[in-house]
Amino acid sequence: MKFASRLVQFDAAPGDRFRPTATPIYQTATFEQEHADRFGDYDYSRSGNPTRKVLEEQIARLEGGTHGFAFASGMAAITAVARTLRTGDEILADSDLYGGTCRLFTRILERSGINASYADASDLDTFATKITPRTRLIYVESPTNPLLRVIDLRALAALAHANNALLVVDNSLMSPYLQLPLSLGADIVLHSATKFLCGHADVTGGAVVVRDPKLAEDIYLLQNAEGNALAPFDCFLLLRGLKTLKLRVDAQQRNTLAIAEFLAADPRVEQVFYPGLKSDPGYSLQHRQASGAGSVLSFTTQSAAAARAVAEQARMFQICVSFGSLHSTISLPGCMSHASVPTEIAASRELPPELVRISVGIEDAEDLIADLDQALPRPALRRAESDLQLGWDREVRCL
Amino acid sequence: MASHTQDIATLAIHGGRTLDSHASSLNFPLYQTGTFVHDAVGVDKGFSYSRVSNPTVDALEKAIGALEGTAPAICFRSGMAAESALFFSVLKAGEHAILSQVTYGGTIRLFREILEPLGLHASFVDTSNPANVEAALTPQTRIVFIESPANPILTLTDIAAIAKITKRHGLLLAVDNTFLTPALQRPLELGADISVLSTTKYIDGHNATVGGSLATHDEVLAERFRLIRKTLGSIQAPFEAWLTLQGLKTLPARLRLHCENAQVIAEWLDAHPLVSRVYYPGLPSFPQYELALRQQRAPGGMISFELDAPFTTAIDVLNSVQLCSRAESLGGLETLITHPASTTHADVGPELRNHLGISDGLIRLSVGLESPADIIADLEQAFAAASCSSYAKEVAHEVR
Repeated sequence: MKFASRLVQFDAAPGDRFRPTATPIYQTATFEQEHADRFGDYDYSRSGNPTRKVLEEQIARLEGGTHGFAFASGMAAITAVARTLRTGDEILADSDLYGGTCRLFTRILERSGINASYADASDLDTFATKITPRTRLIYVESPTNPLLRVIDLRALAALAHANNALLVVDNSLMSPYLQLPLSLGADIVLHSATKFLCGHADVTGGAVVVRDPKLAEDIYLLQNAEGNALAPFDCFLLLRGLKTLKLRVDAQQRNTLAIAEFLAADPRVEQVFYPGLKSDPGYSLQHRQASGAGSVLSFTTQSAAAARAVAEQARMFQICVSFGSLHSTISLPGCMSHASVPTEIAASRELPPELVRISVGIEDAEDLIADLDQALPRPALRRAESDLQLGWDREVRCL
Repeated sequence: MASHTQDIATLAIHGGRTLDSHASSLNFPLYQTGTFVHDAVGVDKGFSYSRVSNPTVDALEKAIGALEGTAPAICFRSGMAAESALFFSVLKAGEHAILSQVTYGGTIRLFREILEPLGLHASFVDTSNPANVEAALTPQTRIVFIESPANPILTLTDIAAIAKITKRHGLLLAVDNTFLTPALQRPLELGADISVLSTTKYIDGHNATVGGSLATHDEVLAERFRLIRKTLGSIQAPFEAWLTLQGLKTLPARLRLHCENAQVIAEWLDAHPLVSRVYYPGLPSFPQYELALRQQRAPGGMISFELDAPFTTAIDVLNSVQLCSRAESLGGLETLITHPASTTHADVGPELRNHLGISDGLIRLSVGLESPADIIADLEQAFAAASCSSYAKEVAHEVR
């Protein structure tokens, strides 16, 4: 079956005698046992829940894996993967990484003697020199967020395996519809399900998918022991949202390409970062390893004040952290979603203050373009605006 | 207005309550949203992203905080997620915790499988004697974590006595108060720094959710818990929080009935010829009866007992009950019956179980809100069926 069919054609309620079309919500903490000394399929919802099971199997199938795990958040999913490491192990991560992931690696893992280092994984030769004998995980997002650099996942998987390390890919920006990291050689794929998998911005969730049974066992142990599994109602909402993944992403991607072309042609915009544009350095690699460029893009304006003005003057693009929902959103990565990047790493990342990130929704493309057009400062105002003091505090929204 | 301290029954319904400002809904709305729109860059209305905080979760945190007699609690996806965040908040590699040796099997697993390999160490000691805590202290000890009454044999620990030790040594004291809740025991007033709850149990009370909470008077520590929670992504889900908030309102009323029923059943078990031992803090024969009277407002709804019969009989009893449910967890409306050696403490291993007094014949009851006469009738018929079937097995064995 093709992807669109697989999104809707699956057993929504295995073994259920009423044959519902939607998965029942097992809003229960515990399950009665037929026998005193051995358990049935389910005993306690932290350890396993039928609603969650349907979701986990569906996500695993869509990602081309064998074992899926749903977590309370994307960070809980990343935490579980990171917990497979032991004191003394190291993580080598791409430098354009989500701020919350950076915070986990530096502020939490370091306390357990697990160190992370960062390098630009789109420059594979230099990245390879950072691998040490203790490197256990290579961790990337592709395209990266917010700079939309494309990383050669197949080559990176080969590099990881040649060095006895596992490749972990955060596929949140793409979704399994556009990119299948496991089939490109990654060992672990994970998601903030809050983004495209959900699509409606009504669930906070995460997912991990693997093919290796031993790895699956480790992740399951962590999910159960640390008690971070996704709640049944959220599993139901995700199952519901997932069915329209292709419809949503197709519509969002069409809108994004139109907006990218508009921005690229507008003199008020300095640079557009979007691997869906033929002029983007990542274009050909992106189209080799994925079937689309997605619906998140970034661009720089002529000044920090102009970037701020775009965010605040836009009416349809709402200022929000997160991305991937039906609604268009806008953010300034330097002061919002990536504000938790430790200063020493932030300095090397050079996220320009003129950087604006948008996540494009399913609204009408003409409306969205008109909105950005009115929000971008007129050239006549540029000087006055750039003279404005930036009042916001970098740390104010340290998510 | 003269300060009038509201009773826990009132606090459970009104404590920390804020009316929804838009619609004045009596029940707080369910904010099933991942994110919140900002008014401008860096300007929001207190909520930005539901992994960090959410209004419905916040309402639950205020309610639990009011019950605990402190600032809003910090709520997690499960009791284990709360414990995990607690230890990651206060320990780093090379540091050490002291825990009650009789404790939930999941806590033991957390250290053995996850924290130890990351260099976070623990000693499990008999905290019912405070001297054992003092003896287990090392220069690396940062926290003492006790469970009282402890799962499953209800061993009590003198919280105030342990608090004196932890204060003298500048350590933190955390108390898992899941079996009693702040309605029946006040860890923070007894000197603990952190009160830990699996809200899955009595707080929700309906076996409908999985959740946990941490409460503390220490604002710096609370901030640390929130930072760790957003980093690990282990916040409670909005719908689970909403259900818990509804369940919480009847907590004191439910607990009164749980305790009343448990007392009747414990006394019946105590007098039963097949039962060799009953663990219930409401029985004068309970070894720490005096401590229970001093430290707890009531004995609680949990009972453990041993049969004067072999292991197989305990299994037969569980397999013969008709009203009581064979299910893990506790604290709900339904009476649940479990066999700790093969369920909650299966991961602990037989040697350690024996050392802790968790025998193979031990049965744990979470007494529900059914009529105690009906629960007793069910146990009586299960005892009869089990002793008959084990008698039949013995006969069959001798014949063979």
